[in-house]
Amino acid sequence: MAVLTDRPAAAPARRQRRAARTLATRFLGYATLVFFGLVFLYPFVIQIGNALKTEPDAAANPLSPFPDPLTLAGFERIFAGTNFPLWLGNSLLVTVLVTIGRVFFDSLAGYALARLRFRGRGGLFAAVIAVMAVPGVVLLIPKFLVLNQLGLYNSYAGLVVPLLADAAGVFIMKQFFESIPVSVEEAARIDGASIFRTFWSVVLPMAKPALITLTILSFQGSWNEFPHSLVSVQDPDLFTLPRGLADLVSGSLGKGTQYPLKLGAALLATIPVAIIFVVFQRYFVRDANDGSDKG
Amino acid sequence: MATETLTAAATAGGSDPRRRRGGIRSNENLAGWLFVAPVIVILGLFLLLPILMALWVSLTDWNGQGSPFTGDVPFVGAHNYTQLFTEDGLARRDFMTSIRNNIYYVAIVVPAQTVLALGLALVVNNRMLKGKSFFRSAFYFPSVTSSVAISVVFLFLFANSGAVNALLSFLGIDGPEWFADSRGVLHLLFGAVGVDSPPAALADGGPFGLTWWDWLAGPSVAMISIITLVVWTTSGTFMLMFLAGLQNVPVTLDEASTLDGASRWQRFRHVTLPMIRPTTFLVLTLGMIGSWQVFDQVYVMSQGDPAKTTLTPAYLSYRTAFRDFDYGSGAAISFVLFLIIIVLTLIQRRALAERDTDRPRRGWWRRRVPERS
Repeated sequence: MAVLTDRPAAAPARRQRRAARTLATRFLGYATLVFFGLVFLYPFVIQIGNALKTEPDAAANPLSPFPDPLTLAGFERIFAGTNFPLWLGNSLLVTVLVTIGRVFFDSLAGYALARLRFRGRGGLFAAVIAVMAVPGVVLLIPKFLVLNQLGLYNSYAGLVVPLLADAAGVFIMKQFFESIPVSVEEAARIDGASIFRTFWSVVLPMAKPALITLTILSFQGSWNEFPHSLVSVQDPDLFTLPRGLADLVSGSLGKGTQYPLKLGAALLATIPVAIIFVVFQRYFVRDANDGSDKG
Repeated sequence: MATETLTAAATAGGSDPRRRRGGIRSNENLAGWLFVAPVIVILGLFLLLPILMALWVSLTDWNGQGSPFTGDVPFVGAHNYTQLFTEDGLARRDFMTSIRNNIYYVAIVVPAQTVLALGLALVVNNRMLKGKSFFRSAFYFPSVTSSVAISVVFLFLFANSGAVNALLSFLGIDGPEWFADSRGVLHLLFGAVGVDSPPAALADGGPFGLTWWDWLAGPSVAMISIITLVVWTTSGTFMLMFLAGLQNVPVTLDEASTLDGASRWQRFRHVTLPMIRPTTFLVLTLGMIGSWQVFDQVYVMSQGDPAKTTLTPAYLSYRTAFRDFDYGSGAAISFVLFLIIIVLTLIQRRALAERDTDRPRRGWWRRRVPERS
């Protein structure tokens, strides 16, 4: 307000002050960015560094990212001394099946809810919304009960089938299909294509961005999935990576802390998602902005 | 989390503006049901049905042997629920301890992650800075990684001779043994002002079988390390939500208030903050809903120890069922937790729906700002 009283005289001084302030702001901004960049990334740097250390070195210099001496002993033991290869195989299998299932089933349902007019559609969509609000952790005991009852406990089917569809995915696909102009489908239908044919060869190709988003979300979700494997299998031969990793940490390995080994195993479990994150970043970001939850 | 769009869509119901007429969709009814059938079967079989089954089990004393749906399983009515609230005993003490732990956990995690997320969003949203997209990704990356893998990393960071204690020793602080330390932070603060043992008034007689002194323990040192991990992993997601919200604040509005002579703080306080109020509300409620579900980290890092100070209702329900084979009691805890989360969800959806129907804030700056200039 003081500026308004004598504007002409004060103008240059004000400009100077402003420039100085802009510079200071910019410096402060970068300092903040770098500081938090370190806070968010340095733990991963430490993880990589320590995975390549010897055990005494990791215990003595936990902050240092540089192994001295550098050793692959931790990784050798991951493959030779643990069931890691098995967990990896199980995780790959579960992730591929769940991702295919979710993308296919969620798109089918999303399309029906967006476009096909059938009795009960409104109610079904309300149910999908309601299901999205059901928190995963309260389903631990319920899931175990049903798998046990159906004889699916401790089987690959128990690990995979319950995850083959998710309400959030249906929701994403429905929203997307509603944004596609309806005229193309109508043309196809008038040409005599069946409903499934129209969906499969006309609509789905147009839904590529949503399909990529859903694929990534499903991949990430099922690759990282932990509580479900906890209540669906008990047999160590059926452990997925997160389950095996949790088992490794809670000490079935015994003797010593073995941090290089544990950090290395955790690192290997993180790499696939990290690669996908870097390559498909914009799809991740969009998801968070739309804010769809894992359901 | 798409709750904003979600409620809007839900209230819009089935009204489809593009009404098509003609005989082509004679079998649309059948096709529609066929298309949704797989999802209905999977969600029905592995979500709705199990909830009903668990509701039944929560009324029994099933111990995991045989099927819970035979006559041999003792039916106990609401006993599994009442022993959590009204009967003095181990079950209630453990449950109330887990509730206390989770309340402190929520009380720190939610404000901390919200403030951190907003702060990061404000910096990343700054028009004058370059390289923002790199930092945005860096901040977000922890959110997409496996909770188990990250917990392993944090176990190492917070180990007795770990990175955090190494960092603290640079500052001349002798770090605690994080995962062995069950002392409550509030108790430590009381101790710092000379109150080491409970005053007589607090020593007994608190609600639900815990003494007032126990209720006032605060999160334990061990819990603090879990809280740190969670704030660190979730802030990125919420930062993206704030960024989306900030993008809706018109640049002209910011400029107008600058010309008005508003200081940076005033602009933040009276322009930015009111404009992103809906996002803030969303972040706060989603944070609360999420914080009542903490499980993976507890399982990997502490298993409820030390001295039950990292026990949460979610982990307690798991442990009661799968370690103590008391499935009825475990299921009952699940349903109480379910109730807490559902109430929070309903509050959120109600508030968001109200905001969608009348938007009192929309005209706010149009009215106020021109008057002042």
